[in-house]
Amino acid sequence: MQYQSPASIEEAVAALASIGGARVLAGGTDLLVQLRSGTASPAAVIDVKNIAALRAITETADGFRIGAAVCGAEITDHAALVAAWPGVAEAAGLIGSTQVQGRASLGGNVCNASPAADTTPALIAARAVAEIVGPNGRRSIPVEQIATGPGKTSLAEGEIVVSFLLPRRPARSADAYLRLIPRTEMDIAVAGAGVNLTLDADGTIADARVGIGAVAPTALVLDAAPGILVGTKCDEATLAKLAEAAGAAARPIDDKRGTVDYRRKVVGVLAKRAALIAYERAKGAR
Amino acid sequence: MAKSHVSTTVNGDPVEFLCDAPETMLDVLRNTLGLTGTKEGCGTGDCGACSIIVDGRLVCGCLMLAVEATGKSITTIEGIGAPDRLHPVQQAFLEDAALQCGFCTPGFIVAAKALLDRNPDPSETEIRYWLAGNLCRCTGYDKIVRAVQHAAAEMKGQPA
Repeated sequence: MQYQSPASIEEAVAALASIGGARVLAGGTDLLVQLRSGTASPAAVIDVKNIAALRAITETADGFRIGAAVCGAEITDHAALVAAWPGVAEAAGLIGSTQVQGRASLGGNVCNASPAADTTPALIAARAVAEIVGPNGRRSIPVEQIATGPGKTSLAEGEIVVSFLLPRRPARSADAYLRLIPRTEMDIAVAGAGVNLTLDADGTIADARVGIGAVAPTALVLDAAPGILVGTKCDEATLAKLAEAAGAAARPIDDKRGTVDYRRKVVGVLAKRAALIAYERAKGAR
Repeated sequence: MAKSHVSTTVNGDPVEFLCDAPETMLDVLRNTLGLTGTKEGCGTGDCGACSIIVDGRLVCGCLMLAVEATGKSITTIEGIGAPDRLHPVQQAFLEDAALQCGFCTPGFIVAAKALLDRNPDPSETEIRYWLAGNLCRCTGYDKIVRAVQHAAAEMKGQPA
C-alpha cells in the first residue's frame, strides 16, 4: 500500500485518478479498522488532511463552509458554528469517543454511507450542500444525494467531497439532532432525527426541514415535515402528526439494535423531541 | 515498497523513523521507538488504551498511520510526568488506587491530562463523558473519576 499526502485538491484528484483502487484517508477511524481487518486493501491511501481547504471552517456571505476533513472536535470547538448550527454540532459530538472525535471527519461520516451516520440527518435538515471535485471538475449536490445505500455513494471514480456548505440562515432559526442508543455513549444510532426550523416574529414556524437516520438504507428527507410544521407553533397535535409521519416514512430493518416496529416508533419520538428543542432554540436565537 | 522516512516530535524531542505505509502510530511507538507505555487493547479505536495527544488533540494511536506523524507533535504517557516527579493525575491515580491490572491506565492518564489541560475544573459528568472512550474492566470507573477530580483540585491549588 502506498501513502500519498497531496497539498492541493487538484493533486489529490490526480492521485486518485492515476492509482486504481486508491482510497481517500481523512480521519481514518473507519478506514484504518478496515485495513486492519483486511476488509479493505487499497493500492494506495490518499491522505487529504494536508489540503488547507479541507481542514478549514470558514464563514462567508454564503454561510458556513466546513472542509470535509474537519474532525468532530474541531466542529464542536468552533463557537460561531455551534451557535449557528447547534444541531449539526451536536450530531458531530455524538460520534464515537473523545479520541474518535479528534480524528473522525465530517466527510468520512457522510461518505462511508452508513445508514446510521449521525451527521447525515442533521446535515440534511440543514440543507447542506456537498461540494465535490473530480476529474471532470467541480459540482455541488444536496448532501442527501451522496449516500445511495449502505456503504455506497453517488461519487464517481476519482471524485472527492471537499466541503459542506451550510447556508446562511435567517433570524429566529435553529436546529437540533437526537439519536437513540441503548447506552449513554459509544454506540451506533438505532434511529436519529435532525430538525431545522425558522420562525416568524410571533413564533409561528415559517420554514422546516427534517432528516431521519438509521431507519432506511440511507438517511431520508422527511418530505411531509414542512406541510405539518409550517404555520404552527409546534403544539402537541402538530408534534403527534410529525411523529406519525416520521414513523410512516421510515423503512427500517430488524437487526440486533432494534426491530422494525421499534424503530418506527422511536424515530417519531426523536423527531418530535428534536422539533421541540429546535423550536425553543429558534425562539431564543437572534 | 520503500519505507517512508518520517520526522516528527515525540514528547518534546525530535524523532525520525522509517515505517511502512500500513503501520499505525501505535505500532511505531511500541515496536520502533520502544515507547511501550502506550498499550494496544482493541486496535479498532474502541478501548482508548492507546490514547496519545497529537497537536493538542486526544486520539487513538491505533487509528492513525505512522506516516501521518510528519511535522506533528506527539505526547505519549512517557512524556507525562517523570519517575521522580509524577504528574498530578499520575499521583492521584496512585493515591486513590484508581488502577488494578494497570493495562488501561496509561490511556486514562493521557486522556485525563488532555481533559484537564483544556478544562481545569470539569464536572463529574464532563469527566465521565470525556473518558467514555477509555475502557477499564477492573475498577468500575468510580475510583478513576475520583482520581481525576482529585488531580484537578491539586492542580488548581498549585501556584502557577
